[in-house]
Amino acid sequence: MANESELQYTSEHEWVLVEGTTATVGITAYAAEKLGDVVFVDLPDVGTSLASGSIVGEIESTKSVGELFAPVDGTVLEKNSAVEDTPELVNSDPLGEGWLIKIEFTELPPLLSFDEYTALLGE
Amino acid sequence: MTDRHSPLNRIHVAAGASFTDFAGWQMPVRYSSDLAEHHAVRTAAGIFDLSHMGEIFVVGPEAADALDYALAGKLSATTVGQAKYSLLLDRSGGIIDDLVVYRTGEDRFMVVANASNREVVAAELLDRTSPFECEVFDESDELALVAVQGPRSREILIATDGFAIEGGHPDGRDVGEKLGELKYYRALSGSFRTQPVLIARTGYTGEDGFELYISPDHAEELWNALTEAGTPLGLVPAGLASRDTLRLEAGMPLYGHELGTDTFPVQASLGRVVATATKGDFVGREAVEAGPAPDARTLVGLVADGKRAARADYEIFASDDSTEAIGVVTSGAVSPTLGIPIAMAYVDAAFAAPETVVSIDIRGKRLSYRVTSLPFYRAKKD
Repeated sequence: MANESELQYTSEHEWVLVEGTTATVGITAYAAEKLGDVVFVDLPDVGTSLASGSIVGEIESTKSVGELFAPVDGTVLEKNSAVEDTPELVNSDPLGEGWLIKIEFTELPPLLSFDEYTALLGE
Repeated sequence: MTDRHSPLNRIHVAAGASFTDFAGWQMPVRYSSDLAEHHAVRTAAGIFDLSHMGEIFVVGPEAADALDYALAGKLSATTVGQAKYSLLLDRSGGIIDDLVVYRTGEDRFMVVANASNREVVAAELLDRTSPFECEVFDESDELALVAVQGPRSREILIATDGFAIEGGHPDGRDVGEKLGELKYYRALSGSFRTQPVLIARTGYTGEDGFELYISPDHAEELWNALTEAGTPLGLVPAGLASRDTLRLEAGMPLYGHELGTDTFPVQASLGRVVATATKGDFVGREAVEAGPAPDARTLVGLVADGKRAARADYEIFASDDSTEAIGVVTSGAVSPTLGIPIAMAYVDAAFAAPETVVSIDIRGKRLSYRVTSLPFYRAKKD
């Protein structure tokens, strides 16, 4: 599981782990908690090109549907097939085994720090 | 509107519940996991706070006749201790609310209404019963409601200290026997420690269970006693999210989804609830007898493969390439018990036969669903 203070965040309650030109993306523990038990995850296929801010997938819980937004421009490098088979990983380990996609990006837009994201939740 | 809090709010906060707004009330949506809470009710038991429900009393020598006129069912045919599912219809045959009516005395009835409809039900009852010798009291703020639902519910009530049944042994030694004899949709007056409590074998989960009506000042004490006795038997606190998937699996309609003023009882397969043949005039009679329009839609169950749930308001089509809607989903989820998507929906009569295949637009993607009879799930009888 990633250290939450070392991750970057979006206002859509996603976390981003930047390693070189690869961004690993998942939803935050707060978002997972708000959604409730995740029962279905729909992720973009490898090779799909993504535009930052666009809706690229869905995370469905028993009660509602959450949208997955692309946090960066880029191409899908990998999707987490474990989470497609076992959607509850999003609840049990949102920052670790519950990651969703890895994106090869060209440029990183401004993202939120852990402190900034925490402040956003406090509002 | 200011948020209303249940008398059990402190307990929910301490238990780490997530809250949702329900008709202006802040109620627990889940404590940990809605799936775990759902499974607990199917296999052991769950305890629910339903204190937001409305309780309206109709009391007086003509209370039974008054309710025969005000509601769709024949309440005068019930006996003391009996509960009856009923409907409050409007003059055009639409459903203002669905209700459970308990006859708690020869001239005393408790009408339990959905939280969102408490005011309208109280106002309609007051108005409709005014020609009769009876009075209407909205006691919703004077009663809390705690439900224990699941196959181990009876064991849990027996294991809880402090219950006694009216007319029974004061130390409660006969509680187990009395609860065992209590049939579904029957209620007993009793006490919990010093407080009067109505113990009803009713619920909204498709499992055996009890609903307990008690003064709000003693709701915490009751909840804690049930929890203490029930935890070793598998009882968990359960929120409104699991209540919704439980009632959906059991094929039970929810006001605002399957029922509304635009729905005739017969469309929701509730024709049997309307006593047109056995009683005199009642509000909505003419319209119900005339029936809905010939092309009125009918409520069906739908199932699919995969894990993609159709949800309320999604449109239904005859086939994947058809663009003219033949129906609409009213409730849907992946069934926690069955593991497949299930839904309730209104469809045109031509598509209502079991095994009919229809196409549902799930946020831009079409998915095949199959019509099936309700309920999706039926508890095993022991």
